[in-house]
Amino acid sequence: MDLKVRIGKLEFKNPIWVASGTFGYAQEFQDFVDFGKVGAIATKTLTLTKREGNPPPRIVETPSGMLNSIGLENQGIEHFTKEYHPFLKKLKTKIIVSIAGEKKDEILKCARILIEKALPDAIEVNLSCPNVTHKATRHQLIAQDAHSTGKILTALRKKVKCVLIAKLTPNVTDIMPIAKAVEGSGCDAVSLVNTYFGMAVDAEAMKPLLGKVIGGLSGPAIKPMALKAVRDAYKSVKIPVIGIGGIMTGIDVAEFMLSGASAVQLGTVNLVDPPAYERILGEFTEYLMRHKIRKATELTGKLKE
Amino acid sequence: MKKKIINANVISNKKIAEDHYIINAETNYLAQNSFPGQFVLVKVQEDTSDPLLRIPLGVHVIHKKGIRLLYKVVGRATDILSSKKKNDKIDILGPLGNGFDLTQLLEEKNSKAIICAGGHGVAPLYALAERIAQKKKRIDFFIGARTKKHIVCAKELRKLGVKIHIATEDGTRGKKGYVTSLLKEFLGQKRQNCQKRIMYACGPKPMLSVIAKEAEKFQIPAQVSVDEYMACGIGACLGCAIKTKTGYKLVCKDGPVFDAQEIDWRKV
Repeated sequence: MDLKVRIGKLEFKNPIWVASGTFGYAQEFQDFVDFGKVGAIATKTLTLTKREGNPPPRIVETPSGMLNSIGLENQGIEHFTKEYHPFLKKLKTKIIVSIAGEKKDEILKCARILIEKALPDAIEVNLSCPNVTHKATRHQLIAQDAHSTGKILTALRKKVKCVLIAKLTPNVTDIMPIAKAVEGSGCDAVSLVNTYFGMAVDAEAMKPLLGKVIGGLSGPAIKPMALKAVRDAYKSVKIPVIGIGGIMTGIDVAEFMLSGASAVQLGTVNLVDPPAYERILGEFTEYLMRHKIRKATELTGKLKE
Repeated sequence: MKKKIINANVISNKKIAEDHYIINAETNYLAQNSFPGQFVLVKVQEDTSDPLLRIPLGVHVIHKKGIRLLYKVVGRATDILSSKKKNDKIDILGPLGNGFDLTQLLEEKNSKAIICAGGHGVAPLYALAERIAQKKKRIDFFIGARTKKHIVCAKELRKLGVKIHIATEDGTRGKKGYVTSLLKEFLGQKRQNCQKRIMYACGPKPMLSVIAKEAEKFQIPAQVSVDEYMACGIGACLGCAIKTKTGYKLVCKDGPVFDAQEIDWRKV
């Protein structure tokens, strides 16, 4: 069976990756996951300078899902290159470093430091964290603004030779023009979805359950909406689409690929079940065998509509 | 210690008071490798997305064959847990967190412990009391509950030879009022109640903040075990942040036990 998938100039051993913000900097999972089996690891998002994150509570469970309001807590890109990257670069998998910033210059500078000090296999630009407010757009998030998305990614593409992926928000009226802006900038792939805006209320206390009131919804609750967003993106661009949103099983992986994803990322499931990766990879392989599909890539977009 | 996921056999699951249960799980690994103050994350049923997250529970008793977990039914997940029967399986991730630090208490001659539990905060404190009692140290154990029906473990604690002090908010048992008032009274009574003492506490955050203040006033080293909404339990999601005087720390990884003076109680 051939699970390999190509994104830009990179070949990944399989199309199942782990999503940013749900796998730390990998070390946290060393008791549970054989990293050599993982298609790719996307790190927790890094910013140019340290971010303290949002006030607690930062997590609340909702029906078949969870809301988070972490707020991109991280120690900054320099710290990452010194403290976390040496561990990551030894792993026998592809490393995707997730970066973010409130405006263009910040993102460019962050990418520059990263490339100089810890050249990763790929960079995923997180233009879509629902728990921050970007300055480079009149919207809350850069990924809600096709123009701003295109401008920033075009500038970044000029500086970045490695595989470049843009991570989008589903909190838009139409994701197609945003995906097209990503394609137009020369990015290698588009990944979606980041979490959906949401909130939870404690009616007895008459208070919000998250410290910052609004958070991002993830988990199986969002899968139907995420599948739709992936299909929309797949129909509108030629670059590969990386599907994300509530994947819990190998069958879920197949659903995303059928809907147009070339690869997927596992998110919330890592937080619920740290060793989930190998189970899901096994289930997906079994699915392919059952359907006599020899190459995983054959599945992409093969939904019989 | 290596963290593991254990599919443990349920030895028993008993109601011990209104809404309060103790589940006894068979697991050699956690019996041998957990320490008082550490916790585990329990998945209450297989292959389900609702409830989605695991629930954090402090290790209540560490025994030869496994561990006991004391929990209060507060929502759907704990309700499902309360329906588990003998020989059912539960999925436990652990051991997690740092646990209490007993170095100072054990190294100092004639040192004594003060332990203060609010509500089901008694859960991790029983394992602690048992460990301290084995070392023949004196323990004054304060139990605070809303009402008589919510007092748990008093009998078991007495068997360990600890001195018990009880307060209930409605006065149905022990002193009427908050357990912190009872503790303040005890500390203020005589100097020997504060000397060579180390304090350990677990319970609601407002209670812990009062304890921190009293500990500072009477110059008693104090460790508190705190609770926070949590997802992964292994330091990956950064969800269980608590504000300390040096910035946010993680309850799952840096805690759940913190020095009482380290926490920024104004922001909690």
